[in-house]
Order: sequence, then structure tokens, then C-alpha cells
Amino acid sequence: MIRPLAFAAMTLALVSATPNDARATKIERIVTAAGIEVWHVRDHTLPMISVEFAFTGGAAQDPADKPGTANLVAGLLDEGAGELDARAFHERIEERAVVLAFGAQRDALRGSLKTLSEHRDQAFDLLRLALTAPRFDGAEVERVKAGVLAGLRRRSTNPGDIAGERWFARAFPGHPYGKPIQGTLDSVPHITADDLRAFHRRVIARSNLKLATVGAIEAKDLAVLVDRAFGALPATPDLAAIQEIAPQGIGEREVIELDVPQTVITFGGPGLKRVDPDFIPAYVLNHILGGGTFSSRLYKEVREKRGLAYSIYSHLVPYQHAGLFLGGVSTRNDRAAETLSIIVEEIRRIASEGPTADELAQAKSYLIGSYALRFDTSSKIAGQLLDIQLENLGIDYINRRNALIEAVSAEDVRRAAARFLADSKLLVMLVGRPHKAVPAGSGG
Amino acid sequence: MRTLAALAIAGTATLAGPRVGISETAGPAVTQFTLANGLDILVIPDLRTPVVTHMIWYRVGSADEESGKSGLAHFLEHLMFKGTAKNPPGRFSETLARLGGQENAFTTQDYTAYFQRVARDRLDTVMAFEADRMTGLVLTDANVSSERDVVLEERRTRTDNDPGAQLGEAAQAALFVNHPYGRPVIGWEHEIRALNREQALAFYRRFYAPNNAVVVVAGDVSSEEVRALAEKTYGRIERRPNLHPRARPSEPEPRTHRRVVLADPRVQQPALSRTYLAPSYRTAKPGEAEALDLLSHVLGSGSISRLYRTLVVEKGIAANAGAWYSGMALDAGRFGVHASPRPGTSLEQLEAAVDTVIAEVAANGITEAELARAKTRLVADVVYAQDSQATLARMYAAGLVTGLSLDQIRTWPDRIRAVSAESVRNAAITWLDLRRAVTGHLIKTPAATERRS
Repeated sequence: MIRPLAFAAMTLALVSATPNDARATKIERIVTAAGIEVWHVRDHTLPMISVEFAFTGGAAQDPADKPGTANLVAGLLDEGAGELDARAFHERIEERAVVLAFGAQRDALRGSLKTLSEHRDQAFDLLRLALTAPRFDGAEVERVKAGVLAGLRRRSTNPGDIAGERWFARAFPGHPYGKPIQGTLDSVPHITADDLRAFHRRVIARSNLKLATVGAIEAKDLAVLVDRAFGALPATPDLAAIQEIAPQGIGEREVIELDVPQTVITFGGPGLKRVDPDFIPAYVLNHILGGGTFSSRLYKEVREKRGLAYSIYSHLVPYQHAGLFLGGVSTRNDRAAETLSIIVEEIRRIASEGPTADELAQAKSYLIGSYALRFDTSSKIAGQLLDIQLENLGIDYINRRNALIEAVSAEDVRRAAARFLADSKLLVMLVGRPHKAVPAGSGG
Repeated sequence: MRTLAALAIAGTATLAGPRVGISETAGPAVTQFTLANGLDILVIPDLRTPVVTHMIWYRVGSADEESGKSGLAHFLEHLMFKGTAKNPPGRFSETLARLGGQENAFTTQDYTAYFQRVARDRLDTVMAFEADRMTGLVLTDANVSSERDVVLEERRTRTDNDPGAQLGEAAQAALFVNHPYGRPVIGWEHEIRALNREQALAFYRRFYAPNNAVVVVAGDVSSEEVRALAEKTYGRIERRPNLHPRARPSEPEPRTHRRVVLADPRVQQPALSRTYLAPSYRTAKPGEAEALDLLSHVLGSGSISRLYRTLVVEKGIAANAGAWYSGMALDAGRFGVHASPRPGTSLEQLEAAVDTVIAEVAANGITEAELARAKTRLVADVVYAQDSQATLARMYAAGLVTGLSLDQIRTWPDRIRAVSAESVRNAAITWLDLRRAVTGHLIKTPAATERRS
């Protein structure tokens, strides 16, 4: 049942390059009888429903000595629940072609459900079981742990994984963000079924749930199903407070020796959090420096002009309790030092000179025009609506977003750059055999 | 590409079609027509968004390269971003970026594809650019040379830095003793180093032509609109006379079980892989490829599949296990099985257990319940695929360029439903024969013989 309240209908204006081509899709904000808020887009084009949801408090809530707990919980929610053992549960899933997946991120435990309309009741029932009555049977816990451990052994010699893990360990010593989400070869064997139950009790609740749906279902029917799946969860979680933190070790470089022909480099430093008023200008700035098109400065300088790498990127990583600027590149061992110095120089240059007027106009034009590409499938629309909720941007954000980009001035970009790229100092991890010795602490 | 070198269209529901009995939808009303110059065009309606996906698929891939020039098809794909007589380097990408469009490209053994995603009212712009670079490519020694370095870095990232990928490359080479599918799409390193501008241009002039391509447009556009735009752009390009037929050397009947072993000090998690030479949708007898798709699902998709249940759940000797079928190919298809042991289990023990599971299916077949579940999943995946215009565009185009008709693609769900348990069993007996297979072992170098460097 829907309480007839906040039926705020927003317009999901899928803005294309020209205004007269914008289509409008209505986002309905539903609050269910159990008080659960859902953002819903009704779309009967296909006989299916996509659900995206998250419980805030992800791997950052792992016990300090047991990193990997959230990841294991995510792996075990659908491995037996209620009266159904793991096999029976998966048979139900398969018989109705339901797609159910869970995953741990640093700040949230996420889930997604996709079902054909004709199986929606059973799909939401299976979701209810997974969320409210996971069994964490001993044999299943051991089995899922064995899979995670095999993945960790693989990661232990993968240069990209090593670089990323070492970067976070050095940047966030003693903080949950410094621990790998998957846990470690030491921690995972010690995580018990009771640890998983405790995590489940602490984190999976109604008040920290965010939920978005797209598909062939009316709001009133959806509200009933949502309450069936989520209504019996505890009202509030019991989350540990996470300390705000800025990344450490800035200015340091570390070489991790590995016998591979190509050095994998992870570089980064402080960025801006999503709530920061300068986040949008910083986002535009990063797009110009190392964002996702074939015209970023790093792409042109490192790949296009010099052929030093196949992939080169930078991005902003706005965690709940830390803002980060992170980038990566892979290049042959004997040119790793050269590649890194080009990256450092490009960061210095954009921080001191700012972008050209043309670059700024081009970046804004791309970011505005491409926004609609994030909304072209049910799952992507639901995912966007979920992200907007997780970032507390408001249900009208989709309508406001492009104006926020449009309003960014060269002065805004320079101000943002000064806040996190000013001294162009980075924490850098190099994994491989970078031939030329890389001097430490030289601003890079 | 710029991205995927070896796009393995593995997995199951790679073919999609609209007649989905279990759903109320009629599916997309895909239309197909051919311009006077031989260019095939597919239009897939998606009225939900103002975005269109535009792709061009050339009927040329790494298996069409001359021996000794491996990597040329993929290298040319990179070079296609270097500008034309009319549009200098960077203009296409910069124009597209200004429009908020996204682009990329990919090369496989059988095809090379380029795509853009853009607001529907910019379709004319991207079609004009794409048509221009079908014949207007200009290359200089300088940009060819730096792009070759990029491709070498791509190879290092994908293959040379990763022992598992190196083993996969060796297994593929061992599986195909005569057919060029044995070559890596990205090319062997020493042959990539020798590729040059003249070779790239010769390959381009030989294969890039309207009568050797398929254009797919998915989005809120009518086939009339697409036809008019295509006539104005692609329609002006002349048909290439005397296109070479795509006749690759074929495989002899395989008679030996081959083994490849890669030992590397970096391997902390050993792995077992097995690949069988199998028919593809194009080469199979009716119903055979569909049976292989169902077989791969029952055998190795998800945690109630035979392999996972036996090796991971019941015996507890593997950390994971699965199977796949790659049936979208102009020539032979492949059927694969893989597993990773838990500590204490050798690859030999694991391999014996895998063979027992396969032998059981060959001896006693699969249950009706297993068959029904697999069909439900594969047919439902077709409905889910319709949620993405980009996925649909890719599936239809991949089907067409690997030799299937639009009708064959459309009726795939019906044919999946028609497969019997007995056909699945027969597929296992016929194709999962060790004489058709390569088995790969990825192991850690024993400590005593570890290479010092």
C-alpha cells in the first residue's frame, strides 16, 4: 500500500544535444506503508523490472582485523536462505530466470534484481529471503571463501591489483579505506559464519536503504512488493562511525618489483568529496586532464603523441569520508620514468595555467551532451537514480545537472585545481621493473 | 580497438531475436535493406530514448590476414582514427566529443567494427564521418609508428603481463593447426613490430568497401530516415569489384589430444582449461549449435551447473568451475571448460574429475528439469537483451557478419525451445571428445627450476 503522500513526480529529462529532442520520463517517488522510499520509473516497453538498491555502510564497516567481511556477506546472501538451502535457492532463481546479484563497495553494500514481469512475485520473495533470512551455512561459507581466496591468490601477482592495493594501504594506514574490499589471504580464512551474521545484523536495515526501480509495474503494486522484500528488515542499522581522512604519503613513490615487461603505475592524491561545492568544477577539470574521451590532455600527450601507453586515465573518486584523485597507466619498463614525468608535468601545467577557453567549452559540451547516454537501459536508469540518492543530490538533480556543468567558469576550474592539484604532488606506486631508478620524494 | 582486441563472443545468449513466447512483447521490428552499392543496413527500433547507436561492421578480421602479418586487421582499426583527406586527424573524435557522443571500435577474428552513440539528431553527422573514412584514410609514417607502439603496449597489458593470457594464446594456437583462428587477434609481437603504413593501406583498400560491410542503427529512427541518410553518405561510395571471397584454410579432422603447459613463478593460483573444436552456428547441422549452447549452460553456467556442483560443492576440490560455447563464428566454433583447484588438489586430479562429469553427461544425458531451466534462462536473456539498444545492435550485426540470416537470428528462441535432452547428450558425445581438444595447465614454476633474471 502506498501512503498517499509524497507522490512527487519529477521529470527525467533526457537531454540531448538539442532541447526540442528531449524526452521526458517521470520519476515517481513512492513511500510505502513500511516507510520505505523508492524512486520509480514506469516503463511498459518490455515485460521486465529492474531494481537497484544499496545499504550504506559497505566494506568500511568490516571489523578492523577482518577485512573482506562485507564482500563475503555479499557473496553468501544468495547461497541459501530461509527454508531453502543453497541449491534449492539457485534452482528457484534459475527456474524463473531471475537475475540477483550483490556486491560490496567501500561505502555501501549494493544489490540488483532483474526479473520478467510474470515472475515478479517470486523474484521479490527470493530477494526477501536473501535479505532477511540468509543461512550462512558452514559448508557454503567455506565454499564461497575458497572462491574468494582463489581470486586473492590470482590478484597477489597481478601488477594492476598490487598497485591499487598498495596505493590504498599507503594512503589510508589504520583506516578502513586502507584495507582491500576482498580482504587478504590472512584475513579471509579467519572470517566465520558468526562474523557474517553480525555484519548482516549491523548493516542491512531500512533506514540506510536506498532503492530505485524501472520497469513494467504500477507504483501501487511495486509498493506492495517492496514492503514484502524489505519491510521486515530492522528499522535502523548499527553502523560504526568512520573517520574523515585525507590520503597520506603524498609525494612518495614506491617501486614494487615484479618480473613483467610492462610497469603498471597508479598515481593519485587528495580530491574533492561529492558534497564539496567545487566538486562539479573539479569534475570538469579532470575531464580535460584525463577523462574518458580521446581528447584529454593525458591521452594526447602520453598515447597519441608518444605511443607510451594503451590506456591512460584519471578520475575523481568521491568516497563518503575521503575525496580522491586517482589515475593509472601501463607502459614498457624502460619508459616508465619518462611516462610518469609527463603525467606530473601535465598536472602541474593544468594546475598553474588552467584549461584553455576552447578546452573548457569542449569539455562542457561533451559532459552535457553525453549525460543522456547514462539513461538508455532500465538497469542504467535505476543505477543512476540510486547513485543520486546515495550522493544526496535530490530527486530533481537530473534536471539541474546540466545547468551546473554549463555554469562552470574558467575561474571555477582554476579555483578547484588550486584546491587539490596545486603542488602537483602525488602518491605513486609502480609495479614491474621500471629500469630507470625513480628518485623518491621528488614531487611526483 | 582502441579497445578489445580479442572479443570472444562467448557465453550463451549471444543471438537474440524478438519472437519471445514467454513475453508479451513482439520484440523489435528489425528491418534490413541493401543499398545499390552492396552495403547492408539494419535498423533496430528503440523508442525509449533520444539516443542512437550507429555501428559499421566490416566483414574482415584477423583470420583474413595474410600469414606473417598477424595483427594487421587490429592495427588498421587503430589507424582508422588517424584522419582522412577531408577530415584531419582528431576532427572526427573532437566533433563527436563536442556533441556528447561516445565512440569506440573492436576487432575479432571475423570482423572489425566501429561505433558511435550520439543524440538521434546527430546521426547524419556520424554517418558522414564514418562514410568518409571508408575510403578517405590518410596515414603518415609518424602516426603509424607511434600507434604501433600503442598496440605493443596494448599487447603487453592484455597478454605479456599475464601468464593466464599467454597460456590462452598458446592453447588457441594449438587448437587450430591449419585455420588462421590459431593466431591471436592482436598479433604476435614480432609480427606487430614489422607492420607498416603500406601494408595497412593495402589491407584497407582490399577490405574496406560498402559491399563488404553492415551498418546497424538502433534507436528512435525509422528505416526510411536511415535509408535517406545512408543514401546521402555511404550511398555515394562505389562498390568494390571483385571482392575476394572469405575462404580460409580449413581444419583437418582433429585426431590428437594436445596439451599446453605454462609454468611461471608468478602463478599463485593454478588453473585448468580445456577447449574443444566444435561447429559454429554457421557450420553446424540444424539444432546442433543450439544443443551446444544448452549443453554449456547445463554443464557450466552458475552454481547448480554440473561442473560447479560436482567439483566445487560436492567434492570440494575446486574453487570455481564453468563452461562456455562460442558459436558465433564464420568458421569453426569452440567449446570450453575451465576450473581452478583448491589448495591440495593437483591439476591432474581436477582434470580427472572434470572428465568424469563430462563422461556422465555423455553416458546418461541431462534431466528434463535441467533442460527446462536452461531453456528458460537462455530465452529470458533475449528479453533482457532488448533492454539495451547497443546490445541488440551488436547481436544482430555479429550474427549477420558471421553468416546468419536475419530470420535465423530472430527465430533463435524457438530453436532453443525445440532442442531435446537427447540432442544435448549427442552434442556431448560428438563434440566433447578429447581428440578434438587442447588442455591447458597454468602452474607455478617449481622452486628448483625457477628462472633467475
